[in-house]
Amino acid sequence: MKNVWIICRKELHSYFVSPVAYLLLVMFAVIFGFFFWNILGAVVYYSMESLMAGEPSPMNINEQIVRPLLSNINVIGLFFIPMITMRLFAEEKRTGTIELLATSPVRDIEVIVGKWLAAVLLYAVMLLSTMLDFAFLFKYGNPDWKPAAIGYLGLLLQAGGLLAIGTFISTLTRNQIIAGAATFGVCLLLWVLGWVGEYETATWARVLSYMSVITHFDSFSKGVLDSKDAIFDATVIFLGLFFTARSMESLRWRS
Amino acid sequence: MITVKSLTKRYAHNTAVDQISFEVQKGQIVGFLGPNGAGKTTTMRMLTCFLTPSAGTATVAGFDIFEQPLEVKRHIGYLPETPPLYPEMRTAEYLSFVGQLKGLSGVELRSRVDYACERCAVTDVKNKLIGKLSRGYRQRVGLAQAIIHNPDVLILDEPTAGLDPKQINETRDLIKGLAGDHTIILSTHILPEVSQTCEQVIIINKGKVVATDSVSNLQNRARSGESVLVEVAGRNATLDPATVQRKLEQVAGVSRVVFKQDGQKRAVFEVEGEKDRFVRGDLARAVVESGWDLNELRAAAVSLEEIFLQLTGEESSAAVEKAADGETE
Ligand SMILES: Nc1ncnc2c1ncn2[C@@H]1O[C@H](COP(=O)(O)OP(=O)(O)OP(=O)(O)O)[C@@H](O)[C@H]1O
Ligand SMILES: [Mg+2]
Repeated sequence: MKNVWIICRKELHSYFVSPVAYLLLVMFAVIFGFFFWNILGAVVYYSMESLMAGEPSPMNINEQIVRPLLSNINVIGLFFIPMITMRLFAEEKRTGTIELLATSPVRDIEVIVGKWLAAVLLYAVMLLSTMLDFAFLFKYGNPDWKPAAIGYLGLLLQAGGLLAIGTFISTLTRNQIIAGAATFGVCLLLWVLGWVGEYETATWARVLSYMSVITHFDSFSKGVLDSKDAIFDATVIFLGLFFTARSMESLRWRS
Repeated sequence: MITVKSLTKRYAHNTAVDQISFEVQKGQIVGFLGPNGAGKTTTMRMLTCFLTPSAGTATVAGFDIFEQPLEVKRHIGYLPETPPLYPEMRTAEYLSFVGQLKGLSGVELRSRVDYACERCAVTDVKNKLIGKLSRGYRQRVGLAQAIIHNPDVLILDEPTAGLDPKQINETRDLIKGLAGDHTIILSTHILPEVSQTCEQVIIINKGKVVATDSVSNLQNRARSGESVLVEVAGRNATLDPATVQRKLEQVAGVSRVVFKQDGQKRAVFEVEGEKDRFVRGDLARAVVESGWDLNELRAAAVSLEEIFLQLTGEESSAAVEKAADGETE
């Protein structure tokens, strides 16, 4: 456990001492800020319009603003996850520092969890930056905070799974670009798989759409904590880390 | 301290290390010698539990590399071929991180970081970014990293590669200084390095051990008889090398005289004696009795290069010579 924390701290240090973390944070905050004001503007515009038309529709900040925003964060996050994980192992393999980690008295799994945890923490910091905009919403509107909190939990759980997959892919190559591109491809696929469920109801379609991450984000975004979805995310995390461990083990035979 | 039994590493298309066996006693410095691609790095990686052997066993510091890899790792310090450094970290930060990985903490960690910095002469770059250090300093930080937890066994893969002659000497002295407390295996394909630093040599070629012995024994083994360098000077007159050579050849027990070089009033010969005969006394007398001066008389050291060529055979020798030349110049 101590070793996990040593590795994690080192990774966070590497993220924040190089401009990577700041670059990601700023880009994330700016893009999200744009989405935020965009949605806000649209909602205000339409409610003004319906007011003018003399048929004011009841305003529901949670449904109309918070929920679409959470989905937006999720989409933006999809682009950032590969950038977070691509260096984790690929760089260590390229520079040879993997030899230091693999010959130190720490278990492979401690190294893996430490690195993954650092990626999750960086993502969590990115999520924190979106709360600035939400604070604005809470000051002037009166949304229910519980569904929003559950939504954030869902974001973090889902990202945890995708980050674990990215960590695994990063062990397969010594080239960061390849690791990043492959991770993006896999994450995107896990995303769009859900679409087949919208027009097909055959078993294969249901299986595919079950494997999709957005299928399992839906209830989180509504503010409903469904244990089935949480278990799905936990399974993805577990499998990602498990395959990372297998991959590291096979390095001891090949490299 | 280290026992290796029939260690083998097979890759898909080749066998990098083929049934290697050797032993290293506590406190020794052992040179691991071999041409490029001989399997030095692969062997070291197996000893440090970075690679899993295909067959065979090894124990390091009393622990089996299969059964107790964590214990093995706790007792070794390893400097890989390329020093495992993080360019975005500062020297002290990095050493402290490695120390923590090896299980140090608190006051002990801080004092070990200071000790390693001092020992490897990197104290003056403690707060510099590793990415901005020169090659030589990086190598030294790599060495500091290997000794940070005071390991029983040090495994150093080409510790002097890429250093300038001054740094090479400093690094060798450093390694020699570490010898007492640590058992050291260092790999190299630079031959003079071995004779200067190591007590024991393991020569491998194409994945097989071809010789294990002490440096002096190896040198003796390569030459059967005694071989000496003789420098003769004419007292007042100039010297005719041919005459001197004939005189030397007449000395009992001398099998061969080779004229090496000619000075103003002096000449140098390499004289080989017959097997098991000491010819130095007779040589000296012969020179002096002929009215010449004996300027110098010393045993001609057999260069490790020659031994190496004998042991590793013709095909690989060219490569070794080239590598050795390139590195020592
Ligand atoms: N991952 C690998 N896959 C296949 N073959 C490999 C691999 N790593 C090393 N080899 C082969 O194993 C042999 C031994 O390599 P090794 O790196 O141990 O040599 P070395 O003695 O350290 O050489 P050098 O002096 O150049 O460092 C070489 O023929 C090399 O091509
Ligand atoms: Mg090597």
